[in-house]
Amino acid sequence: MTTLQIDKVRGGYTSAEEIVKGIDLEVRSGDLAVIIGPNGAGKSTFLKLVAGLLRPTGGRILLDGHELPAGNAQAACTRGLSFVPQERNVFATLSVRDNLLLGHYSVRGNASRAMEQQLERFPILKTRLKHPAGSLSGGQRQVLAMALALMTHPTVLLLDEPTAGLSPVAAEDTLRVVRRLADEGIAVLMIEQNAVLALRHGTRGIVLVGGEKARDKGAGELGSDEEISQLFLGGRKAFETQRR
Amino acid sequence: MKADALLQLRDLRCHFGGLRALDGASFDIAPRRVTGLIGPNGAGKTTLFNCVSGLQPKTGGQVVFDGHDISREAAHDISGLGLIRTFQLARGCPRMTVFEHLMLYAPRQKGEGLFKGLVGSRDVREQEEEIADKAVGVARRLKLAHVLNNLVTDLSGGQKKLLEIGRALMAQPRLLLLDEPMAGVNPTLVRQIADELARMRDEGIAILLIEHEMALIESLCDEVVVMAEGKFFCRGSFSEVVSNRRVQEAYLGVRA
Repeated sequence: MTTLQIDKVRGGYTSAEEIVKGIDLEVRSGDLAVIIGPNGAGKSTFLKLVAGLLRPTGGRILLDGHELPAGNAQAACTRGLSFVPQERNVFATLSVRDNLLLGHYSVRGNASRAMEQQLERFPILKTRLKHPAGSLSGGQRQVLAMALALMTHPTVLLLDEPTAGLSPVAAEDTLRVVRRLADEGIAVLMIEQNAVLALRHGTRGIVLVGGEKARDKGAGELGSDEEISQLFLGGRKAFETQRR
Repeated sequence: MKADALLQLRDLRCHFGGLRALDGASFDIAPRRVTGLIGPNGAGKTTLFNCVSGLQPKTGGQVVFDGHDISREAAHDISGLGLIRTFQLARGCPRMTVFEHLMLYAPRQKGEGLFKGLVGSRDVREQEEEIADKAVGVARRLKLAHVLNNLVTDLSGGQKKLLEIGRALMAQPRLLLLDEPMAGVNPTLVRQIADELARMRDEGIAILLIEHEMALIESLCDEVVVMAEGKFFCRGSFSEVVSNRRVQEAYLGVRA
């Protein structure tokens, strides 16, 4: 049982401008928490703060009660956090195989076996093992990025728009995989603009606006929130038709 | 070959070693229409854009834009003809602001010449003011007005995508190739941008749109082309295409 506790975290890219303005959040094993919100709300920045890629100007992040060193992505990674960024999330000039093996670099254990597990999960990568990651299509690259993140056997997975650029069937498959990961006990915190689909697979919905948390509810409950629906989901009708 | 086609693709091929990203793709794009381009990931959609816009050398085949064979033209010459594209992963010059990016994309600027650029004559200034007004208008429409003077590196992922669309709006294209313009953009804003694209179409601009958001394809596209494995697979209205059983299985995913 893993608990990621985010305690009044604030920060941004420069000390002058604060993008994330004090967010409290708790994510546990089995949670698939979906973060939605308008463009520029601070969603990606928040995830980078949690992952240790940015140093918070305030607040703490605790994993199972132990505070993570501030702004230290490597420490976060070895303690079990894995982060998949929105862009530039694979090594373009390396082959798919080398990408996966590199993903295992920071942890102990059998790299080939970890790779086999990921290939089983994402069979699309099997046929592309020798190709450079830069030659993959946008969607295939997203799949590789997720497989890469799973090579360390994380307990917390942070995903920044994993379905961006995926075909409908691939997006659905990806979210199904993410949900399965959550069901297997990984705590997942995921940003998605494909909010309707994501909330259908998610367990929780969190809305960020202007760097602050505006809502934190059950995924289904959030979808039927009239105001949220109008503002961020393209209207309630869109939600209900797609939910069917 | 249809005489009225704006863009004609003939047996387009692009191979990366053993990988045939494009394997003989042939189809036409009509003027003044929005054509959706869909297909599974890896079908060759973005490679097709790269080959048409001159960024990726072709292994073979022909591209004809408005009667001109542009198969061997350089990317800047192709964009000069009015064939403009956007990128799936938004690019930009890191040291330039949003406003400067938008200004840069206006075509045929009088101040581009060395003499006029240095002397800064009145007509140059007047045109520049016009372009600046337009840039502010575009930014306002795309909800980027509040970040107009920020560097592009300060933008969020979604805002970068919006800037891509903004640059396309500034460029006054005749044919616009949009590579997943809405991936990462908030759904409510997606609807507003869709209205913007429909307006461009009504002003006479043809659009070829790669997009996975089916609601958008349905509401915006006059016709849909489906690609699979580097080739043309089928085309038709949205309802015709989505009722094709093979498209359902391979792309949409048939729900139980």
